[in-house]
Amino acid sequence: MSVILIIEQVLNGLQFGVMLFLMAAGLTLIFGVMGLINLAHGSLYMVGAFAAAWVAGLTGSFVLALGAALAAAAAAGALIEMLVIRRLYKAAHLDQVLATFALILIFSEGTRWVFGSFPLFLDVPAYLSGPITLPGGIQYPFYRLVLIGIGVAVALALWWLTARTRLGIQIRAGENDREMIAALGVDISRLYTLVFALGAALAGLAGALVGAIQSVQVGMGEPVLILAFVVIVIGGIGSIRGAFIGALLVGLTDTLGGIFLPELFKLFMGTGAATQTGSALASMAVYILMSIVLIWRPAGLFGGQS
Amino acid sequence: MIPERILNLVVILGFIAVPIWAVFADEIFTLTLVTKAMILGLAAVGLNIALGIGGMVSFGHAVFFGIGGYAMGILAHHAQTFTPLSVGPITMAGTKSMPVIWITAMLVSAAVAWVIARLSLRTTGVYFIMITLAFGQMFYYFTISWGTYGGEDGLPIYVRNSFPGLNTLVPLQYLMLCGAALGLALLLQWRLRASPFGLALNAARQSPARAETVGLDPMRIKLWAFVISGTITGLAGALFADLNRFVSPTMFSWQLSGELIILIIIGGVGRLFGPVIGAAVFVTLEHWLGGLTDFWHVWLGVILLFIVLFGRGGIIGFLTGKEGPHV
Amino acid sequence: MSEPVLATHELKKSFGALVATDNVSIDLRPGEIHAVIGPNGAGKSTLIGQICGALAPDAGRVEIMGRDVTRFDTAARAREGLGRTFQISALAMEDTALENVLLGAIGQTGRARRFWSPVARDADLQTCAMGALERVGLAESKDTRCADLSHGQRRQLEVAVALTLSPKAFVMDEPMAGLGLDGSKTMTSFLDGLRSEAPILLVEHDMDAVFALADRISVLVYGRIIASGTVDDIRASKEVRDAYLGESV
Repeated sequence: MSVILIIEQVLNGLQFGVMLFLMAAGLTLIFGVMGLINLAHGSLYMVGAFAAAWVAGLTGSFVLALGAALAAAAAAGALIEMLVIRRLYKAAHLDQVLATFALILIFSEGTRWVFGSFPLFLDVPAYLSGPITLPGGIQYPFYRLVLIGIGVAVALALWWLTARTRLGIQIRAGENDREMIAALGVDISRLYTLVFALGAALAGLAGALVGAIQSVQVGMGEPVLILAFVVIVIGGIGSIRGAFIGALLVGLTDTLGGIFLPELFKLFMGTGAATQTGSALASMAVYILMSIVLIWRPAGLFGGQS
Repeated sequence: MIPERILNLVVILGFIAVPIWAVFADEIFTLTLVTKAMILGLAAVGLNIALGIGGMVSFGHAVFFGIGGYAMGILAHHAQTFTPLSVGPITMAGTKSMPVIWITAMLVSAAVAWVIARLSLRTTGVYFIMITLAFGQMFYYFTISWGTYGGEDGLPIYVRNSFPGLNTLVPLQYLMLCGAALGLALLLQWRLRASPFGLALNAARQSPARAETVGLDPMRIKLWAFVISGTITGLAGALFADLNRFVSPTMFSWQLSGELIILIIIGGVGRLFGPVIGAAVFVTLEHWLGGLTDFWHVWLGVILLFIVLFGRGGIIGFLTGKEGPHV
Repeated sequence: MSEPVLATHELKKSFGALVATDNVSIDLRPGEIHAVIGPNGAGKSTLIGQICGALAPDAGRVEIMGRDVTRFDTAARAREGLGRTFQISALAMEDTALENVLLGAIGQTGRARRFWSPVARDADLQTCAMGALERVGLAESKDTRCADLSHGQRRQLEVAVALTLSPKAFVMDEPMAGLGLDGSKTMTSFLDGLRSEAPILLVEHDMDAVFALADRISVLVYGRIIASGTVDDIRASKEVRDAYLGESV
């Protein structure tokens, strides 16, 4: 196994990780500020991907497609926040899980109704496609590098937003004390809608970006959603920094596990058995990682009280 | 307002009357639907003990449903292919006998439930929901990549397994077998709820500090409740696999875990007949709405949303006018 | 002097820089009511938490009947004979008054493993539970859901649950809180009679009740016992007046 392959796989893992971060950041913000478990976050990812594929089909512009993804997901997020989610902030977790599960059903079947069951396609634009050569002579798809760049940029922007801006101060205040922030004269329900729409927009962006390298179809959001939950649970629910670290851990574990675990097992068993055992374990690896983290630290790596 | 007892009686009579009608009207498919409702109801009775009485929101009960399914699938597969089954140093033959399959399904489910509960009960709230979900995903992905028993495609069993003295191929006989299992589980749920253990479990949900101060260990009580819960859901999985004569990784999917919770919510959390009413309504809706539109899940979603937002206590809560326990 | 039923020895607990319990040694002897008083934030709740097993001390020991229980958890200490009542009622609110005391009876008899025989038909449990309800005067409300009981009735129920344990020592965290004049009087006379059954470590803000009931009083300020003695000693103590009583008496 060559160094080049390892570097490639690490980059793949990072790329997967930062995309998970886009999903997880919204989830963890929404939980941190409003105390809500939002299963429908995967649906917003799907909405972003469909909006992008549709606009790209009409206009041929990838940039417009991304804009559409952000706008559509943010709008869908704001809409469900005002219609449904708002009533759930004080509800038990069980009710939140069920109501947002219901939203998944509505979103998924609604999208199937409008767009049909066949996948749509969203192409990587010519100026972003093709491999580029990295130092050391490694050929790597340019688009995937762009994804890593976007992910890191969003992470930095979110850090700046929460640490340095007025909105960030309000968000952090809202996490600690809802009454206090209301007393400061901040319109709390507008703040909540805004935070929810922001999280939704990030999910939509992730959906559109990933949609260009995978197919755009109904149900695409749920596997990512579950992994994003794994991410925020590992990182500690409510922590953006935890979400970033967790996302990279999950992305790398999932990608590298699939490649290296079968190789590892080949050291002490036959090729066939090693491949089967290795890939079986690899597919469970992130969940095993999460259980270990939770058993070790029941509130995640950067979580406070659970 | 209807007293809960009368409502329960109506449900029991319904589960007797509909099959009788179906037999006379020669509606075999209805018998299958009733059997399906019974089995899902059984699985949900299991979950109700953990979730409704004990307040443990398990988002991974599909684990036990799947274990039951694969216990049936693996044992019957070895029997139908006449290949020996090796578990570590032990080699044995497969079997087509339902009692043996059921006991295996329940024992394995109980053991796995014990391990999952030991690990998961260290966490609370959202973390508990998510760690149980993670265990479900582990099993799901494991079976997908586990080629020996069909991997993603699942494992078909050609002939339904046998039960001494019955012809399980006759739909009504299999229905009665499932009905008996459901009846026993309901009896257990009823006795358990009224027992010292049930009272302690119910208190451990509402006020763990109180349970501790009277010398009870809420963790242990919840642990054993989770084991009982998983065992019952495991049995349901074995029955479900035999109904379809097919097992696949979808029995482990998180959607199934979610559906089991939905059944309980529709019927009424923590109520004796909540899971059964929920299962009956769910199967009816699935069949009826599914016949009207390909997109019946939209309507299921809307109904669910209304129940969560406006109808605390599910159908039983609505009909009896009494709110159920809060989870 | 008889052996103490309950004792702490040089108990210490700090949260960061804040010393919440500073070398606290108190004991509870048979037949007495020992009141612990002190201003808000003096560390009374932290002390109770360590005595009952909800908090682990940084140093020091807790003993019940001479047995070191410092490493026992809450449930084990309850089984050793500690009957605790909470300041804010920690009852099972969806359950009836009877079910709440039955829980105590189940803990006391160790019957929580029985999952098949109904509680309603267990004569031992019923006798124990009804007895406790009758003693606090709640027998008529036995089928009322705890959530529908009045505040005062919940305080009584708290005590009833502790009674079912037949404890060797009671630890009561502000049993008079929010009771009103009549309620306080009833509770005071009830606790007065209870001391012969088992001694009571009483944390209480209601000074009338404390002075009426206590055989001994310990004053806790900033985590330290600044004075300990009879009612008259404490009333006479200048230190206590300066630190605490000055404001309220």
